[in-house]
Amino acid sequence: MSATTGATRPPQRSYHGNPVIKEPIWKPEIPWYFFTGGLGGGSAALAYLAELGGHEQLARRAWPIALGGIGVSPLLLISDLGVPHRFLNMLRMFKVTSPMSVGSWLLVAGGATTTVAATNALTGRLAGPARLAKPAAALVGLPISTYTAALIAQTAVPAWHGARRELPAIFAAGAAASAGAAATIATPVRHAAPARRVALAGAAAELLSVQAMEQWLGAVGEPYHVEQAGTYARAARALTVGGALLIGAAGARSRVAAAVGGGMVLAGAVCERWSVFKAGLQSARDPKYVVGPQRERVDGGRGHGASRRALDGRVAEGAR
Amino acid sequence: MSERLRTHAWPGTYDGEAKPRMGFFTDTSICIGCKACEVACKEWNRVPESPQGFTGDSYDNTVDLGANSWRHVAFVEQRKPLGIDAAERSLAEAANLDQLVAETGLQTYQEGDGLRWLMASDVCKHCTEAACLEVCPTGALFRTEFGTVVVQEDVCNGCGYCVPACPFGVLDQREGDGRVWKCTLCYDRLKDDQEPACAQACPTDSIQFGELDDLRERARARVEALAEAGAERAQLYLAGDDDGIGGAGAFFLLLDDPEVYGLPPDPVDATRDLGSTWAAAGVAAAALGAALAAVVLGGRR
Ligand code: SF4
Ligand code: SF4
Repeated sequence: MSATTGATRPPQRSYHGNPVIKEPIWKPEIPWYFFTGGLGGGSAALAYLAELGGHEQLARRAWPIALGGIGVSPLLLISDLGVPHRFLNMLRMFKVTSPMSVGSWLLVAGGATTTVAATNALTGRLAGPARLAKPAAALVGLPISTYTAALIAQTAVPAWHGARRELPAIFAAGAAASAGAAATIATPVRHAAPARRVALAGAAAELLSVQAMEQWLGAVGEPYHVEQAGTYARAARALTVGGALLIGAAGARSRVAAAVGGGMVLAGAVCERWSVFKAGLQSARDPKYVVGPQRERVDGGRGHGASRRALDGRVAEGAR
Repeated sequence: MSERLRTHAWPGTYDGEAKPRMGFFTDTSICIGCKACEVACKEWNRVPESPQGFTGDSYDNTVDLGANSWRHVAFVEQRKPLGIDAAERSLAEAANLDQLVAETGLQTYQEGDGLRWLMASDVCKHCTEAACLEVCPTGALFRTEFGTVVVQEDVCNGCGYCVPACPFGVLDQREGDGRVWKCTLCYDRLKDDQEPACAQACPTDSIQFGELDDLRERARARVEALAEAGAERAQLYLAGDDDGIGGAGAFFLLLDDPEVYGLPPDPVDATRDLGSTWAAAGVAAAALGAALAAVVLGGRR
């Protein structure tokens, strides 16, 4: 953060302490959507793989969960729009520079295929289309789980853009943990072994990837530890660890333990998304997170040359 | 048409209909803080009022750019006279001045008594590499034939993506309307060969409008003259083509570092990192698939 290495350097300056970039205007629908997208996408992949592995009971429960997650996602997104009835404008074009555009098309594809797959799993109908729809839904579910990380990373928000390499891993791990946990809750204990393994592996990966992000981000990651983001992060860790321990210890014997443990892992994934969301808002709000790293780049000769002073009669790059 | 000023869509997508790239050179060294630009912009573009109350931050009650403020005059009061750097001249002198002010309550803003006023009229930069435009999923934000960046109000659905994407915090959502709004560089006036309202209203020509090439030429001469006159921190901001946003259509001459005016010292268009971002998301998706397959199928009995 703040650049105070040299003795003569003035402390970091700002304009009356005002923010430099705008805080995202997204409402609570968005962190919830991060969760439902991951739950839905991960569950589609889990359901398809369970079918492949002959775990019929598990697959039959995971498909509707996938449909629930992917089905509620567009509703959350539409409700967040400033002009909800214009939601179809999302499909006016396909822009690879806009993860939100890519994601809208992913949700269209995921919604259609998952609907067919879940209908078949529940009623046995649409067997023909389902043969194609199921692998397609599983495949599209994977990027649905991670593109939201790319979406927030493609902004000027320091805590998000700085974590563009780390956030997708956290979201992927959270998707696995959520899908495993939800299926663990919904499936009778003796059919749920693969779901429990997925929940445990996902929980472990989520804890590890959050840890890794903290290591790699260093000072840029500070917003993740403070204020509300920090509270959510600590809650996420406690819930994920507790839930995983419960599933691991008693999930194979007791349906109640499996349900409580699964619920805790799900809540942990929700809290982790909220932590990421809040960290972004916090870093956008405080000019020290926005100006600090930029000033360090400029002073360290790594700036892009936005400001140039006149030197020796020609306009040259200014060094302070 | 200058090769250097080229953007992704301008002039390429306009063929013969492309116009010269137009922009603003805001020379803050001659701004008198009259806010005529703010008023003219509001009047011409029918921008709703933006009551912020009384901030106590010098004469600035507009606070920032946003949906209802497309020009914003910043006011900075500095206890440091032009040409005298506290580190160079005696610190005791600076302390004396401070004490004088404290003892007598004397508050004047004349040059030479240790206080100076910086004023600057901020606006959308109409970036060469505009992050807002790149992330807009609906195509509401587009590049005009003048090389400027404009929101189409009949397309924007208020998704809000452009708001945190802009490295300058220019765009915001309008309350009760849901869409985002920002400076259009008076697109309607440009089409009629008219000057934007703010530039026309500016009594000192602090806001200069014209072809970007000419403006840059003028700005270079001006910053050199100022440096010669002793304004050692005078600097051109976003006046090149090789900064983090590929240069701006609206650039500035500042008398101190950008952050003093609330501007980012090294803005970068996030789109420059699009490759590494998508790569990370792709790898994570693939790893998720592989891991699920291994865990679900691997444990098969
Ligand atoms: S300053 Fe912000 S709103 Fe204006 S063109 Fe650049 S990115 Fe877009
Ligand atoms: S809020 Fe409007 S202009 Fe901004 S990205 Fe969304 S659709 Fe485009």
